[in-house]
Amino acid sequence: MATDRGQGGAGEVRQPQAERAAGHGGPQAPAQPLDAMGQATLALLQRSLGPYVVESGGSFDQPVVQVRPKDIVEVCRICKEREALDFNLLHCLSVVDYEEHLQVVYHLYSLRLKHKAVLKVDVPSDDPTVPTVTPIWRGADWYEREGHDLFGVVFEGHPNLAPLLLYEGFEGYPGRKSFPFHDYQEW
Amino acid sequence: MTTEKQQETVELLLNMGPQHPATHGVFRMVLWIDGERVVDVEPHIGYLHRGSEKLCEGESYAQIVTLFDRLDYIANFNNELVVCRAAEKLMGVEVPERAQYIRVILCELNRIASHLLFYGTYGLDAGAMTPVLYAFRERERIQNLFEAVSGARMMHNFFRIGGVNEDVPPDFGQRVRRIMGELRRGMEECDRLLSFNEIFLSRTRGIGAIDAETAIDYGLTGPNLRACGVPYDVRKDDPYEVYDRLEFDVPVAEHGDCWDRYWLRVQEMYQSLHIVEQCLEQMPEGPVMAQLRRIARPPKGEVFVHCENPRGDLGVYLVSDGGPKPYRVKVRPPSFCSLMPLKHLMRGCYVADCVVILGSIDIVLGEVDR
Repeated sequence: MATDRGQGGAGEVRQPQAERAAGHGGPQAPAQPLDAMGQATLALLQRSLGPYVVESGGSFDQPVVQVRPKDIVEVCRICKEREALDFNLLHCLSVVDYEEHLQVVYHLYSLRLKHKAVLKVDVPSDDPTVPTVTPIWRGADWYEREGHDLFGVVFEGHPNLAPLLLYEGFEGYPGRKSFPFHDYQEW
Repeated sequence: MTTEKQQETVELLLNMGPQHPATHGVFRMVLWIDGERVVDVEPHIGYLHRGSEKLCEGESYAQIVTLFDRLDYIANFNNELVVCRAAEKLMGVEVPERAQYIRVILCELNRIASHLLFYGTYGLDAGAMTPVLYAFRERERIQNLFEAVSGARMMHNFFRIGGVNEDVPPDFGQRVRRIMGELRRGMEECDRLLSFNEIFLSRTRGIGAIDAETAIDYGLTGPNLRACGVPYDVRKDDPYEVYDRLEFDVPVAEHGDCWDRYWLRVQEMYQSLHIVEQCLEQMPEGPVMAQLRRIARPPKGEVFVHCENPRGDLGVYLVSDGGPKPYRVKVRPPSFCSLMPLKHLMRGCYVADCVVILGSIDIVLGEVDR
């Protein structure tokens, strides 16, 4: 009976999303619902980004939009250049290790319109590759180097992915959950 | 005729740091110079990398506050505030009003202390020996107050998730009022000593200029961005604590050069005094800590909180899996972003100006390297 229900038309579409959300506490599992401004921005984002949106949601004042890795540059360009969005400040670029996959998170802010947005990209842990957004915000440079340094995410097209915080020849990715807290080779 | 022969110049590679008095910590720059001109510069950071973000994943929420103290070690209170606010927001905690006022007072005094330190060391960078002595005299008053309140001169570990550790001493109000009078006099004295000094002006005016668009592109915030004419201040644009009840101006300059960045910080100190004055008047009596469970366990979810640090917009991205320890903590350090346009700022300047430019963006390496 249970399997029958699982194979229902609507259930089949929704299932993978629900599973993924349960895994990473992402857009589908908000601690707090979005506030009014966040909802307005989310609607704006959905309208502007249309086909690129894989999943959307958010909590507090942060509308979250999940996109595919290959679309991230185009999505960021729209976010920055579209007049109604105008996200001119890349607030933060972080990598989060959810063990079954890595997630690159872009926090955007508009200095003129004072609204925020969060873009998320899931990449597999064994081959984490994401195109660089340095042509759009030059400020992404060191964030991406740090992400490469600590998590091993390869930002394709980045001008210089040399180690930033770690020294040359450091082995492993200390930001990842699999890296031990102690018991590693110290310099 | 031999005198007219063009001299051939060779590009020279000059290493500056990591142990160098003018780099404000362990920071290394590799300069390519042609004569006295800087052709290119490559900043190297990471000498102070302690893996704070990873360490946070192994500590309980209450313990993280101590790690944040050690990020920007010049502005401890401001750092503690942002991590406490992140956890509080996720947990939906209402902080008692008195605690909010205490936090704002301490943060603003810490801003003054941080800017005073900048003022003193910037004088040194520009070749003036005296200002640092005056700046430290004034800063000492604030440090003594912090010691009376929290028991420590640095690394206070005073803010808690849900409020502050304990109420301020009974004579806190009087004491703050007294040092505010002294500070105002001292700051005016400092201002007269350096701001319009002829040598200082010629060393800093028009040096290391950056325009607003480039600055935003690089993610500059705080005084460095406001010096380019962008009035972005988190306290105004995304008010937290009780800042929406306080009246203050956001000073803005227009040229974005070293002197503007310096001048802006001097102006900000006066505004901070103004804020503290209002807080003392408005501060109610009452509890300083919210009723909470002993061990903080924010629900599953994520939050991004940012506050205005003396150096700019400090953000924390906190991901919780519902456990007693955070799943991921990512800090958005303002100094980290301020260092990124270093190439842009330094290309074409004199070697002697490098120190002045680096000093003017006011970095703290503890925060850059984390």
